[in-house]
Amino acid sequence: MNKYAERIYNGIWKENPIFVQMLGLCPTLAVTTSAINGLGMGLSTTAVLVAANIIIAALRKIIPDRLRLPAEIVVVASMVTIVDMLMEGFVPSLYSALGIYIPLIVVNCIILGRAEAYAMKNKPLISAFDGIGMGLGFTIALALIGGFREILGAGTVFGIQIMPASYQPISIFILAPGAFFVLSMLTALQNKLKAPCATNGSAKKKKKSGGCNGDCLSCSGHSQNTAE
Amino acid sequence: MNNLLHVSSSPHVRDKVTTKNLMFDVAIAMIPASLYGIWQFGIYTALVIVATVAACVLSEYVWEKGMHKPITITDGSAVVTGMILALNMPPEIPLWIPVLGGVFAIIVVKQLFGGLGQNFMNPALAARCFLLISFAGFMNNFSSAKLGFDSVSGATPLAAMRAGNEVDLAAMIVGKIPGTIGEVSVIALLIGAVYMLVRKVISPRIPLIYIGTVAVFVFLFGGFDLTYTISQICAGGLIFGAFFMATDYVTSPITKKGQIIYGILLGVLTGIFRLWGGSPEGVSYAIILGNLFMPMIEKMTLPKAFGKEGK
Repeated sequence: MNKYAERIYNGIWKENPIFVQMLGLCPTLAVTTSAINGLGMGLSTTAVLVAANIIIAALRKIIPDRLRLPAEIVVVASMVTIVDMLMEGFVPSLYSALGIYIPLIVVNCIILGRAEAYAMKNKPLISAFDGIGMGLGFTIALALIGGFREILGAGTVFGIQIMPASYQPISIFILAPGAFFVLSMLTALQNKLKAPCATNGSAKKKKKSGGCNGDCLSCSGHSQNTAE
Repeated sequence: MNNLLHVSSSPHVRDKVTTKNLMFDVAIAMIPASLYGIWQFGIYTALVIVATVAACVLSEYVWEKGMHKPITITDGSAVVTGMILALNMPPEIPLWIPVLGGVFAIIVVKQLFGGLGQNFMNPALAARCFLLISFAGFMNNFSSAKLGFDSVSGATPLAAMRAGNEVDLAAMIVGKIPGTIGEVSVIALLIGAVYMLVRKVISPRIPLIYIGTVAVFVFLFGGFDLTYTISQICAGGLIFGAFFMATDYVTSPITKKGQIIYGILLGVLTGIFRLWGGSPEGVSYAIILGNLFMPMIEKMTLPKAFGKEGK
C-alpha cells in the first residue's frame, strides 16, 4: 500500500475519528437524526478538513510555533465560512437541518486535531490525503449512526421507506437519547469484534509511524481535544 | 470449641431476609392493585402483566446465559421489574410495547450496567419513559371501549384537572377512573403499601416525605385549594410511585438524611412537572431524575465514622 492510500485507510478504519479516536462527538450526537444529515455534515466537514490541511501544511514553515493555534483557527474558520455560504446557497434544506452545527465545524476537534497532529508536520499533498481519509471516516461513521437512528426512529433510510408499513417507529431514536444508544451499541460491537477502538487495548500495540498512536493523553492534540 | 473460636469477617449478625424474600414481598404487595386493574379493565390486562413479566424474566435468562453469568432469575427482581412496568401500562396497550419495554428495562438499564444492584435507574421506570417518549400515542391512550364502567372512559383525572375540570374524589380513591393498569385504585395500592410496611420491606420515610412534599407544593402553588391538593395526591401514579418505585433499594439513598433529601427532591420535581410541565403527569420522570441524584445525595450525607467527627 503506498503512503497515500495508507492515509485514507488509516482515516477510515484504523484511526476512525469517531469510533477509534472518539473526537468530534458533539456534532456526531447532535446532527445524526437521519442518514442524509449525517452524510451532509460528514461531507461538509471533509471539505473543510481537506482545505484546512492543505493550507496549514503549506504554511507550516511560516507559521511561528507560538502562534500556531490562532493561525490554524483563522484558516479553519475561513474554510468554514466558505462552506457555510456555499451550503446556504446550494443546499438550503440541508443547511437549515444542520443549523448551528455548520459554523461550529470551526471548533470541531477533528479538524484542529489533524492540523496540529498531522498537517503541521507533513507536506501538503499527503496532508490532503490525510484530510480525505479522516473526513471519509467521519462521514461513514456519521452516515452509519444516522442510518441506524433513521431506520429505528422513522423506518426509513435516506427518506426511503424500508421497514414494513406496520412498523411503529421508536421515536426516541431520532431524539437525543437515541444518539447515545446507537453510538454506544456500535462501540460495544466494535469492542466485541476487536476492531480498533479507543477502549480496546489490543489495538494500541500495532503502532505505525505518522498519525496517532491511540495514546490520546500524550498526544500533541490533547489540549485542543478538550476544547469542544 | 473450634466453632466458638472461629474468626470471621463481618457481618456477624445474620438474618433470614434475602433478596428473594424481599422481592417476593414486593410482588405480593402489588397483587391487590393488579387484581383491581384486571377486574376493572378486563382480562386483557392480565395478559399484559403476564407478557411483561415473562419478557423481563426471559430476557434476563437469555442475557445471562449468553454472557456466561450466573442465572439470577430466581431472585425475583426481574418479576418485580416486569410487574411495575406492566402496572404502568395503559389497559389497551398492544402487547409488543410492554414486551419491548421489558427487554429494554432488563438488558439496557439493568444488565448492561452490571445486573441487580448496579443499575443507576429504576429499570421499570426507565423503560416506561423510553416507551412514553417513543410511542406517545399508545402510551397516552387511556380511553377505551372495552371498559367495565361507563364512567371510566375519557380523560384521566390529572388531564381533567389540567383542563380545569372538576374530578370525583371518591371515584379516585376506589379506582373507577381511567389510568394505567395499576395506578388507579388508591385503596388497593395502600393495602399493598401497608403489607410492605408491616413486613418491613420498605420504610415509610421516603414515601411519606415524597407525598407530603407534593401536597405542600401543590397547595402552595396550586391556589391554596385543599380539595385540589387531595385530588392531586390521589390522581395519577403518585401513590404507586411513592410506595413501589421511589423505595427501590438500588436506586434510593440508604442514609436517613439522604432519604429525606431524596423524598423532598422527588416531591418538588413532581410538583413542578405536574403544575408547569408539558404533560399532566410527572412521577416517572421525577423518580428517574431523582435516581440520578442518588449517588450525590449519598455522598453528601454519609455519616462520619466514630472517632472522625469534628475537624
